[in-house]
Amino acid sequence: MSRPAGDLQPTPGQTVGPFFGYALPYDGSSDLVPPTHPDAVRFHGRVLDGAGDPVPDALLEIWQAGPDGAVPRAAGSLHRDGFTFTGWGRASTDGTGHYSFATLAPGPTAPGSAPYLAVTVFARGLLNRLFTRAYLPGDDAALVADPLLASLDPERRATLVAAADDRGFVFDIRLQGDGETVFLAHG
Amino acid sequence: MTDILDEAPTAPASSDAAASTQAEVSAEMAAISREYADTGATETQPRLDYPPYRSSVLRHPTKDPHHADPEGIELWAPVFGHQDVDRLEADLTIQHRGEPVGERMIVTGRVLDGEGRPVRHQLVEIWQANAGGRYIHKRDQHPAAIDPNFTGVGRCLTDGDGTYSFTTIKPGPYPWKNHRNAWRPAHIHFSVFGPAFTQRMITQMYFPSDPLFALDPIYQSITDPAARDRLVATYDHDVTSHEWATGYRWDIVLTGSHRTPLESDTEGDDA
Ligand SMILES: [Fe+2]
Repeated sequence: MSRPAGDLQPTPGQTVGPFFGYALPYDGSSDLVPPTHPDAVRFHGRVLDGAGDPVPDALLEIWQAGPDGAVPRAAGSLHRDGFTFTGWGRASTDGTGHYSFATLAPGPTAPGSAPYLAVTVFARGLLNRLFTRAYLPGDDAALVADPLLASLDPERRATLVAAADDRGFVFDIRLQGDGETVFLAHG
Repeated sequence: MTDILDEAPTAPASSDAAASTQAEVSAEMAAISREYADTGATETQPRLDYPPYRSSVLRHPTKDPHHADPEGIELWAPVFGHQDVDRLEADLTIQHRGEPVGERMIVTGRVLDGEGRPVRHQLVEIWQANAGGRYIHKRDQHPAAIDPNFTGVGRCLTDGDGTYSFTTIKPGPYPWKNHRNAWRPAHIHFSVFGPAFTQRMITQMYFPSDPLFALDPIYQSITDPAARDRLVATYDHDVTSHEWATGYRWDIVLTGSHRTPLESDTEGDDA
């Protein structure tokens, strides 16, 4: 018996492996809004390994509030209608380790809180998923007041704050080594 | 994963990998198992730093995860509905003109949260090799036949009881390049969501008594024998279907929730 009756220990994770490319990404998976949407921002960056080399077979998912800070409760992420913001998307990295989403900038989910995107990272070679947060730059008072960011030293804190660029935000993920991204345990 | 393993040709891990034998990798795994048994601790998840899986060497964080109280968006998960998933997507044997080759099987089970509550109306995705151990993926170079009647991708929503069910073909084991003569035990990849973002998981389901379990560093990266056994489905003759398909049962338990599910989590009709 693989799981005795009454056993509620969690099922272990396993690596996503190399062959998810024809299964998990789908048409429109990385476009939470059409890139032509007047308020569209690009959320993008690179995934790097411990040698600083790009990870070309990673998969990222983002989950975020809308611009008004409300948690999206609408279905339709897998067949987007172009009008409904579901708050969720999925992108694989390309041959240079780069990923890219078109989305809307999330608002604060509570007054004065720092807006962020929740990010999940999967990759071949990564035996279980990793969670992190990509905070948006801009509201310095909110960032300073954020309990998670405040609990980190400045160098580590910087790994969780995206940088603004001309179309949106850049957020690189370093799995290991110098500038290793802060990954989260929700216990 | 007849993978070009380590696309980064300069990575030391891959050149080492090419030189390792199964005996060497097995000895590394045995040493980790002994060290784990001596600790007396109980691990429920795979180790991220597991050198016998060569590709993990440069891809595991070296720092412990930082504790964060889930808040805001993290207490919720995306909603999927019947506009997202067609019921036919749960049958991987009807996606082409003909019947796929192999042993037709039904795999079903329940998705539960850490308190044993069903995870209702949530998305389950699977992908797998065909009966010969070959994926429809351009990077799979294993010289086994592609089955024109089998893609190996399925989706469904759990029903009001948290139950998922797929009809598919039993996948074959396949070679990969972790070390010389490395073979993966037959498995189906599962992607599962819970009612909260923090419960998101991807894993692999295995079949009973696979002789490759002891040899496989991905399976053995879960150092606790009872924990890795939770990835093994059970043959269930009550799931087996008369003159049609063998049946396997496999339940998935997510990590604990930080928010009591609301009725609004489970809106929508039953699957
Ligand atoms: Fe696989």
